[in-house]
Amino acid sequence: MTASSTDPGHVLILGGTSEIALAIAAALARRGHGLTLAGRDADALQREAVDLEIRHGVSVTTASFDALEPATHPAFWQSLNPAPAGVVCAVGLLGDHGVARTDFNHARQLLDTNLVGCISVLDQAALAFEQRGEGFIIGISSVAGDRGRASNYYYGAAKAGFTAYLSGLRNHFASNASRVRVITVKPGFVATRMTADHDTPALLTAQPEQTARDILRALDGRRDVIYSRWYWRWIMLIIRLLPEPVFKRTRL
Amino acid sequence: MISGWGNYPRTEARLSAFCSLAELRTLLAGDTPLIGRGLGRSYGDSALAPTLLSTACWNRLRSFDADSGLLVGEAGVSLDDIIRVFMPRGWFPPVTPGTRFVTLGGALASDVHGKNHHCDGAFSAHVAWCRLMLADGSIVRCSAQENPELFRATVGGMGLTGIILEVALRLRRIESAWIRQHTRRLPDLSSVMQAFEEANDASYSVAWIDCLQQGGSLGRSVLMTGEHAPATAIAGLGQPRAPRALGVPCNLPGWTLNGLSVRAFNALYYRRAPRERTELADIYRFFYPLDAIHHWNRIYGRRGFVQYQLVLPPEQGRAGLPAILEAVAAAGQGCFLAVLKRMGPAGAGYLGFPREGWTLAMDFPARPGTFRLLDRLDRMVLECGGRLYLTKDARMPREVFEAGYPELDKFLAVKREVDPHNRFASLQSQRLGLT
Repeated sequence: MTASSTDPGHVLILGGTSEIALAIAAALARRGHGLTLAGRDADALQREAVDLEIRHGVSVTTASFDALEPATHPAFWQSLNPAPAGVVCAVGLLGDHGVARTDFNHARQLLDTNLVGCISVLDQAALAFEQRGEGFIIGISSVAGDRGRASNYYYGAAKAGFTAYLSGLRNHFASNASRVRVITVKPGFVATRMTADHDTPALLTAQPEQTARDILRALDGRRDVIYSRWYWRWIMLIIRLLPEPVFKRTRL
Repeated sequence: MISGWGNYPRTEARLSAFCSLAELRTLLAGDTPLIGRGLGRSYGDSALAPTLLSTACWNRLRSFDADSGLLVGEAGVSLDDIIRVFMPRGWFPPVTPGTRFVTLGGALASDVHGKNHHCDGAFSAHVAWCRLMLADGSIVRCSAQENPELFRATVGGMGLTGIILEVALRLRRIESAWIRQHTRRLPDLSSVMQAFEEANDASYSVAWIDCLQQGGSLGRSVLMTGEHAPATAIAGLGQPRAPRALGVPCNLPGWTLNGLSVRAFNALYYRRAPRERTELADIYRFFYPLDAIHHWNRIYGRRGFVQYQLVLPPEQGRAGLPAILEAVAAAGQGCFLAVLKRMGPAGAGYLGFPREGWTLAMDFPARPGTFRLLDRLDRMVLECGGRLYLTKDARMPREVFEAGYPELDKFLAVKREVDPHNRFASLQSQRLGLT
């Protein structure tokens, strides 16, 4: 990995106004990483960038990025200055599952945002890092991608695809003996605006800061796939092991 | 159910956080009464309303000038945030109340004071300007020079003029994170009042006072004064860490604080204090001893407690304070924690609490005997020409409020102009007729 203690390197954060993204940004800034926050809402990004700069004394820039416009992604990547040493993809849209079931446009939007847009931009990162011979890609997927459930299978399908993409990318770099790292993060419930309208069980709901800490620990260590919080690894293990005739009757 | 820090009263309320000005405007468009809410450290009913506009997401830093120390922060930024970010760089809040878990918006709306009030005035004296969103969704900047009437109605105005969005605060330069603290035990009220007058040039001063003593030891106190320690005095001490807070996990049973335990606590506190000593204390120990116990308010149990903070003019205080302390001790309602302080001149706010004189703050469990005692104290305070602090209040009668705040009419004139339909109202403002 590129993040050494002397020159920690500039990190691009995609979906830069989400709470998980901002918690990661704060944790990286505390370590001295310069940052670029990328997303759609320029005013909101600017507000976060200024706050991070004052608090942590690092350079934070913003960039306009729309996951739903893959055609713009190559130019977006070329425009980044400084060129990132690592990228965190925290783009995510939970959407409204009920709407998606009757309106395919919304279902497609979930797939385009959570899967197609992420793949499109991370392909740019992967090419650049491959040329340079180093870099890191942290993809925020979800436990929802581990097994499709009645309550969110469009989101889950997109995240399952994203998990598979990250896994494949990691396989690609490892088999080339390259120093590019790919880390898959699967958060469970995190207390954010995304989940504010959903009743999540308090004991299983992490704070964004805890998820950020888990991610930085993965970056420091050698884990490829992490669950956040750790207990989701075991919860999802059980859920994945349930035989389909049993699973299909559950309401999880 | 939601309540202030005193856990009394409690009310049903919807807490809505806004993360952008657009979201805030949407919330303003409804018709239920609204009031802003930060970290919920006001004690009574001043931050209670059917809809509470939480500044929990509105807590970003906007700018900082490392030469002048001018910090612009959103209303939800807390003094704790400011201390963590800026103390290592040699800056400190110019005024801090007894907890660092207050927001800039709350500190300005209450125009909080600290142990340095006699030298430096209240919080608003260090605010260069603030911006607020009025009931109609417009945004106005105000300061002592710019829209001065709105500024004077907003500082100490309990959030009733609009939602404070940003505060520009002048931080104080410090050489170290340590305070040279001088502690003295004083056997009675006249000696502590005398000691306050003598300590008038100390940067910080406050006395813990044993409210259960009568007769010869009426008002026995432990006076603490302090100065920011110069860098040369703290060789090797470095930056202190915030103490790991212990917590009170749940409301303690109502009988925990009874006559006996309160008496024992106060006696122990007095006896354990040094007769006289100077030492270095880190800022957490000096300013925020109670912050080391999360939810210390729960020791009063489910029924909660009320704080009663009064200020008396200097001359009237000489006769009034002993009478008030006699009444408190005789009533035996178990005032657990009481604090006495000499205050400096009043600030700009029409409803600002501080004024030249003596301020006494006391905690009482919320029960019928307490309320009867406080009604008696109200009359004594009014006779002395004093007043009560809105931020602590949960029960003051309207006459007592009106008699204590001579600039109320000026406040109401501004309130009626900027908020003609009373979009901003708390349980307290409705109780006191602040409409």
